[in-house]
Amino acid sequence: MQAFFIVAILLLAFLIIFQIAKASEYVAVLRGEDKVRKQTNKINGFMLLSFLVLGLVGVFYCNEQLKGRILGTPASDHGVLIDRMLYITIAITFIVFLITQVLLFWFSYKYQESDNRKAFYYPHNNKLELIWTVIPAITLTVLVGFGLFYWFGITGNAPKNAMEVEIVGSQFKWEFRYPGHDGPDGKGVFGKKYYKEIDEGKMNPLGQLWDDPANYDDIYVSGEAMHLVVNKPVKLIIGAKDVIHDVGLVHFRMKMDAVPGTPTTMWFTPTKTSKQMIEETKNPDFVYEISCDQMCGTGHTGMRGTIIVETQEEFDAWMATKKPQYLVANPGKDTKAAPQDTSVVKPVAAIIK
Amino acid sequence: MSDMHVHPEVVTSHEVHSDEHHVHHHKETFITKYIFSQDHKTIGKQFLITGIVWAIVGGFFSVLFRLQLGYPNETFPILETLFGKWGAGGHITPEFYYALVTMHGTILVFFVLTAGLSGTFANLLIPLQIGARDMASPFLNMLSYWFFFLASCVMVSSFFISTGPAAGGWTVYPPLSALGQASQGSKLGMDLWIVSMALFVVSSLLGGLNYISTILNMRTKGMSMTRLPLTIWALFFTAVLGVLSFPVLFSGLILLLFDRNLGTSFYLSDIVVAGQVLPNEGGSAILFQHLFWFLGHPEVYIILLPAMGMVSEVLSINSRKPIFGYMAMLGSLFAIAILAFLVWAHHMFVTGLNPFLGSVFVLLTLLIAVPSAIKVFNWLTTLWRGNIRFTPAMLFAIGFVSLFISGGLTGIFLGNSTIDIHLHDTVFVVAHFHIVMGVASMFGMFAGVYHWFPKMFGRFLNNTLGYVHFWITLAGAYLIFWPMHYEGLAGVPRRYMDKSSWVSFNQFTELNKFVTVVAMIVFAAQLLFVFNFFYSIFKGRKVRSQNPWGANTLEWTTPVRPGHGNWEGEIPEVHRWPYDYGKDGRDFIPQTEAVGANESKH
Repeated sequence: MQAFFIVAILLLAFLIIFQIAKASEYVAVLRGEDKVRKQTNKINGFMLLSFLVLGLVGVFYCNEQLKGRILGTPASDHGVLIDRMLYITIAITFIVFLITQVLLFWFSYKYQESDNRKAFYYPHNNKLELIWTVIPAITLTVLVGFGLFYWFGITGNAPKNAMEVEIVGSQFKWEFRYPGHDGPDGKGVFGKKYYKEIDEGKMNPLGQLWDDPANYDDIYVSGEAMHLVVNKPVKLIIGAKDVIHDVGLVHFRMKMDAVPGTPTTMWFTPTKTSKQMIEETKNPDFVYEISCDQMCGTGHTGMRGTIIVETQEEFDAWMATKKPQYLVANPGKDTKAAPQDTSVVKPVAAIIK
Repeated sequence: MSDMHVHPEVVTSHEVHSDEHHVHHHKETFITKYIFSQDHKTIGKQFLITGIVWAIVGGFFSVLFRLQLGYPNETFPILETLFGKWGAGGHITPEFYYALVTMHGTILVFFVLTAGLSGTFANLLIPLQIGARDMASPFLNMLSYWFFFLASCVMVSSFFISTGPAAGGWTVYPPLSALGQASQGSKLGMDLWIVSMALFVVSSLLGGLNYISTILNMRTKGMSMTRLPLTIWALFFTAVLGVLSFPVLFSGLILLLFDRNLGTSFYLSDIVVAGQVLPNEGGSAILFQHLFWFLGHPEVYIILLPAMGMVSEVLSINSRKPIFGYMAMLGSLFAIAILAFLVWAHHMFVTGLNPFLGSVFVLLTLLIAVPSAIKVFNWLTTLWRGNIRFTPAMLFAIGFVSLFISGGLTGIFLGNSTIDIHLHDTVFVVAHFHIVMGVASMFGMFAGVYHWFPKMFGRFLNNTLGYVHFWITLAGAYLIFWPMHYEGLAGVPRRYMDKSSWVSFNQFTELNKFVTVVAMIVFAAQLLFVFNFFYSIFKGRKVRSQNPWGANTLEWTTPVRPGHGNWEGEIPEVHRWPYDYGKDGRDFIPQTEAVGANESKH
């Protein structure tokens, strides 16, 4: 019924507008087309000027309404740089926006048709062309300079002390892996994996190769938040199992695609713990979210992960509760549990070419 | 039936390109005149009307998914009535939502703003403005339309299959688009999408080659390249872009078709989908993105350049002033056409692209802002000290410049890879490209339709309806897309159908409702235009003078309703550039008038 009324009202509005439009055409013929044309010209000129004024008021109002709901303070070192670049760009483009829009609508209003004016024959002026080639070129060079300076810093190599975490996307969830502590300087090394070994039934959701010793202490995490340490650089090693996903970390201002068959990486340093962010945003529900930013299928909207940023102690305490996936998948290897024969593990190295 | 298509008289009579007196006396049937016509004007109208039908469909789809975005928790029983299982329980299902988004993009980008825009105006204006009786090959021109029609039929057919049309976004990135297991829309619908696009590429190439050869070879006496109106230059570069880039899309899509159906691994590697381990190894999903965007970015300019050309023409005519900086306008068109091929990877900054390569693309991308800036300042100077008539076409041209500025400036955000890390694939991108490419080009198209409607149909569109259409559309475009930038700055990802479960993205509920309401009003205003268009074809005020706008270009030297062949008698000779408005105290001097002895030089 409601739909019917809406359609009826729409039709009525159409009819009225059409009748007015039709009538105005007859009136124009009756009163002299030229006279009516000049009148409409004045109205439209005035409307253009009003649009400029109302538009600028609208821009200001919109900003007042919405500025509190965007960005917030960035929670990573890279985020600070990206926000700075963003604000520089907003400042420069807004000045250009104001100047050009004001000129456009002001000229339209000011130079509307009048019997007292003749159009000024002004086909070209090379000096002007040069000015508005060079000035934008210089401005853009500045923006490119800043941008690339930050870009190389952000996409450059991760610091040596960075912790590494693997994140794998699949329809429609995120899974994580921590490398343990089996490296030379206490840092972990990720064990090899091969996608054909992926088998949830055999407790091997990432396809780890169990004959690679580096896999023995790798921790697999799913169904809960990724834990990171505050002020410690983290390098994410990003992969995908089925289609392209994207690791979007809005508060850290970071983003990188997860591409099946082509691992990607990104690094940053979280600078605020989750607790700090809860206080800062005054939002008790605050949580760092991982959004999938690349269309990945019907569940794209719900492909959500979370991150907890905490102190080293808290992180270590959390990590201590975890058991390497190697032991989960091969319970016989778990010396803390019942010891068993070691020959159960099937060598799979032959699969790697 | 068959003798109607291959009527010998029809074929021979169109092969005459000489300047001799030439009137068509052969009998034309309804079919040769309106259906399988080889008259460029009729083909242009066919493209336009097909484009309008597609625009209604594509626009309606956007209203449907805006309904979901604005009111994610409400039920609309009418959806189930209309769409059955796709609207089960009065909700838009995710499959339906993604199909709608994908089809909205495909339809608007390719069928409306490529075929409907350059197909219409290249066909209509090229022969008329360069002084030719028809295209270089009227027959290929006709085929160009009918391949487009076929492509349309195949695309429409995909709406009615049980698994629905393609639903992986208009960019159809594999592996999502390659694996039927990954999505409903990647089943038969995707094959139909590829077939339809392949036919579309054929149509576009037939048309493009025709436009290029016509412009280069068939200009009338005196019409040197630098005497061409900017519309023709813009359409020329558009055709060149299309001819060079569409084949790359075509090959990319064929490889995708192979991956889907023949077990090849061009784009597939290391995939476990729906619990099934696939054998494909060694492919690169990113390869497709390179191939796609090698077309995809020039495509943006394929859409935008014709609009720029028509806007230049309309601004100059209605300011009663020459376009400012003709050579600079031409140079910037050329620069944009070249740079269009060198910026594609700016769509891929966060795909794991080598950061150094990324930096090269940042540089080239921001470089393209320079010719764009030149164009804007030239348009502004064209208005300066003019004597401006606000016809509906002129208003749309002014609106185009405003939107092009707004949308162009946000391109500087996205082209800078550092900022793109944050803004990539957010609603900011949606706002940016809708303003600069979608709505702006649409405004260019409207400017063209309002301006050349009298030439197409010998009648005027209703002005009052035109003004109502313009003001609602301009205000609506800004009301819809301006606040969207804020959502994007907050990081709200694109293609999310419901943000309520997200802590970071759920703060825009009211705004989303507002945008939905405005979108519906704007859509209704477009229907007003559609009504005006079809009503005025039959009932519009008749054009009485040959040159109603007081324009210089050649199309206004033809009869009010030109027949096939355009000019009765000889094709006029051209003596000057097309922008002598307000020169030496004269309102306008047509191109056909010889340069006087005492005329001032410019």
